[in-house]
Amino acid sequence: MLQVHALQKSFDGFLAVNGTTLTVEKGDVVAVIGPNGAGKTTLFHLITGQLAPTSGTILFKEENIAGLAPYLVCRKGISRSYQVVNIFNRLTVFENVQVAVLSYRKKTFNIFRPAKTMAVGETQKILDSVGLLDKAEMTSGSLSHGDQKVLEIAIALGNRPELLILDEPTAGMSPEETAVTLRLMKSLSGDLGLTILFCEHDMGMVFSIASQIMVMQQGKSIIQGPPDEVRNNQQVREAYLGGADQCST
Amino acid sequence: MILFKALFSKKSAIISILLLVLLLLLPQFLPRFYTYLFAMIFAICLLATSLNMVLGFGGMFQFHHTVFYGFGAYAFALFVTKSGLPLWIGYVIAPFCSALLGLVLGLITVRLTKLYFGMLQLSLGSLVWAITYRWYSFTGGDDGIHGIPIPDLIGSSTGAYYFNLIVTAACLLLMYIIVNSPFGRTFQGIRDNPERCEAVGVNVQKQQLVGQIIAAFFAGVAGTLFVTVEGSVFPDLMFWTFSLEILIMCLLGGWFIFMGPALGAAIIIMLRTFVGIYTEYWTLILGIVLMLLIFFLPEGVLGLFLKKAVPAEKREG
Amino acid sequence: MEFASNITLAALFQQILVGLSRTTILFIVASGLSLVLGVLRIPNVAHGSLYMIGAFLAYAIATLFGGGPSGFWIALFLAPIGVAMISFIIERGLFCHLYEREHLMLLLFTFAFTLVFGDLVKLVWGSDYRSLSAPVFLQGAFSIFDFPFPRYNLFLLIIGPLVALGLWFLTNKTKIGKIARAAAVDREMVGAIGINVSWVFAAVFVIGCFLAGLGGALVAPTQNITQGMDHAIIIEAFLIVIIGGLGNIWGALLGALIFGLTDSIGILLLPQFAIVFPYMAVIIVLVFRPKGLLKSTW
Repeated sequence: MLQVHALQKSFDGFLAVNGTTLTVEKGDVVAVIGPNGAGKTTLFHLITGQLAPTSGTILFKEENIAGLAPYLVCRKGISRSYQVVNIFNRLTVFENVQVAVLSYRKKTFNIFRPAKTMAVGETQKILDSVGLLDKAEMTSGSLSHGDQKVLEIAIALGNRPELLILDEPTAGMSPEETAVTLRLMKSLSGDLGLTILFCEHDMGMVFSIASQIMVMQQGKSIIQGPPDEVRNNQQVREAYLGGADQCST
Repeated sequence: MILFKALFSKKSAIISILLLVLLLLLPQFLPRFYTYLFAMIFAICLLATSLNMVLGFGGMFQFHHTVFYGFGAYAFALFVTKSGLPLWIGYVIAPFCSALLGLVLGLITVRLTKLYFGMLQLSLGSLVWAITYRWYSFTGGDDGIHGIPIPDLIGSSTGAYYFNLIVTAACLLLMYIIVNSPFGRTFQGIRDNPERCEAVGVNVQKQQLVGQIIAAFFAGVAGTLFVTVEGSVFPDLMFWTFSLEILIMCLLGGWFIFMGPALGAAIIIMLRTFVGIYTEYWTLILGIVLMLLIFFLPEGVLGLFLKKAVPAEKREG
Repeated sequence: MEFASNITLAALFQQILVGLSRTTILFIVASGLSLVLGVLRIPNVAHGSLYMIGAFLAYAIATLFGGGPSGFWIALFLAPIGVAMISFIIERGLFCHLYEREHLMLLLFTFAFTLVFGDLVKLVWGSDYRSLSAPVFLQGAFSIFDFPFPRYNLFLLIIGPLVALGLWFLTNKTKIGKIARAAAVDREMVGAIGINVSWVFAAVFVIGCFLAGLGGALVAPTQNITQGMDHAIIIEAFLIVIIGGLGNIWGALLGALIFGLTDSIGILLLPQFAIVFPYMAVIIVLVFRPKGLLKSTW
């Protein structure tokens, strides 16, 4: 579904992404891991259109989307959440998700009908699926951090994406919250059949859900493969996993 | 009926209707000067609310909104004095002229954000002002145009009062509907987080352009109302300091609330009129009020009131 | 509307020189604004008011000292310092508490000062015009290609580059200048290495406002000193800063040149609408280079 090939991004000479390759098949749950500064978030920005690559291609469903504006990338079927919570603070939880749903339904220029009555069912369904339905009328700025991160994902779901990109979905979460998010991701992948691409630092979480892992270091992809293959790869172990037997599932 | 319920909570509907009835009855009790004053207040309330469409609900740094107001006023004045066509056509054409200006300026400015957007709009608006100021033969230059013939039915103090009240109320209702529509909802999303809106598939620049045009349209209506009351136009209507004064009105009333700017406008104009009786240094007082506002009351008067009256829930219209 | 009928090369040259002297004032004022905007991120609308106060102060001081040549030089020296002191009080008393607020609030706050200063000037000096004469040896005009070129303008043409060089030296070669430039790009980092960012900001603000006062004092002999000076200059200064690049001193110079020269040429070509030319130039620049011609610090 998604094919990144020889992607490069340079910032005034500094190569943040240097010849990265990534393949995501439909229905996969792919994790991108790597030390801080490896270029994971830059890679995500490149895929979703926030940055334009210096060279290389990004094929989504056979179409090159490299360099497209973010809103066009979204309309192709890719949605993302952010590492640092990036929601609509002054709107309620319900309205947060509703904005995305209205955008998907191409109603953003409708000035005649009250928004309160539109897309209610679908928005509620999404909120329900992430467990935020009871908090629908709360101002999103007043939610707990963990709930805000879940809202992050809920907003991304509003666009009925085919590919969901999550940037460190459990960053800053307690173990309980992490477990909730993990369950959510499993249900999104299992029940809704979403293809998920995410990056994380929590290795336990990564190894428990990912069907494929891609390892980045200094802007390059070292390897991509199933968890066992990655875990046993010598280069990866030295670079990132810190030597023998660091990881348990 | 469902539509109505979706837009208004019972409380705000009752308050609005009471207010409207009160305003309809007021001229019976007020001396003529006050009906004139109120007629002017209605026009400025409309102007301030139109600004807030893009400022408070869209998050755009609209630094020179009154250029659309003045442009509409001039369009109307020139139409009435030079075209020989019926008056009511002027009322319809002028706002569309403002909307057109909004489109032209918007196309250039919307590509930028925040301060850059504001500064570019300021420069474009100042250009329009400068041309108006210098084009003596057409616009009357810095003298402006005076003695615009408005029929007594709507041009007298009482007539202008009712005319402006009805037009303002209708426009406010329209704007309220727009703010609560999917367009308005998306617009508010852009205010809170334009990057996220892009990521959910919203063409932010296009939305902002449309918002700009709508705001300019209603500013143009306000411009025609001004001419109705005053019977003249002058370039000062388009001067940048006036734009910032309208910004102050929005801030004073509360810019995240729909009726905030209108309240702010009413307060400022009444203050200006009454302070003006005692001193010629109104500007000094306005400046100090503004400083106090920024330090102590950034959510505005209405914002403070709502926070106390409505604990931690969604704000009402 | 009428086009000027005889645009000889000499007339053009003379107009360009006039434009350049106007550029000096614009540059001095705009560079101060750019400094404050680039380092402190404050769009200081009151910068124009400080310019006006500089002019009024120069008038007051010169009159105090008898109005002759010595009065002028003392005024030129003291007026900007007076403005700097006023700005210091404002910054320490009020502004420094507001740095965390959004730009719109800061802008409105400085606009409040424009309102206040405008009326204070009216309070102190009344609503009439004032005028200040330059010392005798700077009065009168040279003759360049049979056109009169005021001596005072030549004086301005000399002062301009001097101020530019002084600023360049200050920002590039002195310690405080380097710290200010670093703070413009990353104020948290500068704070983290132990430098008191607050005092750096105060210093930059005061210098920026000093320049506004200097501009006002310098322009005083060339025009009527009036209310409304503040409103006129601030728009021009902002536009120059924007097209030059926020925080970029050379950008301010470039912007001032564009503005001053297009204005002069406009006067030659289309006197009634001369004012349109600089605005058009600004719009053209911003359409192609929205962030300004030179690199900004934002």
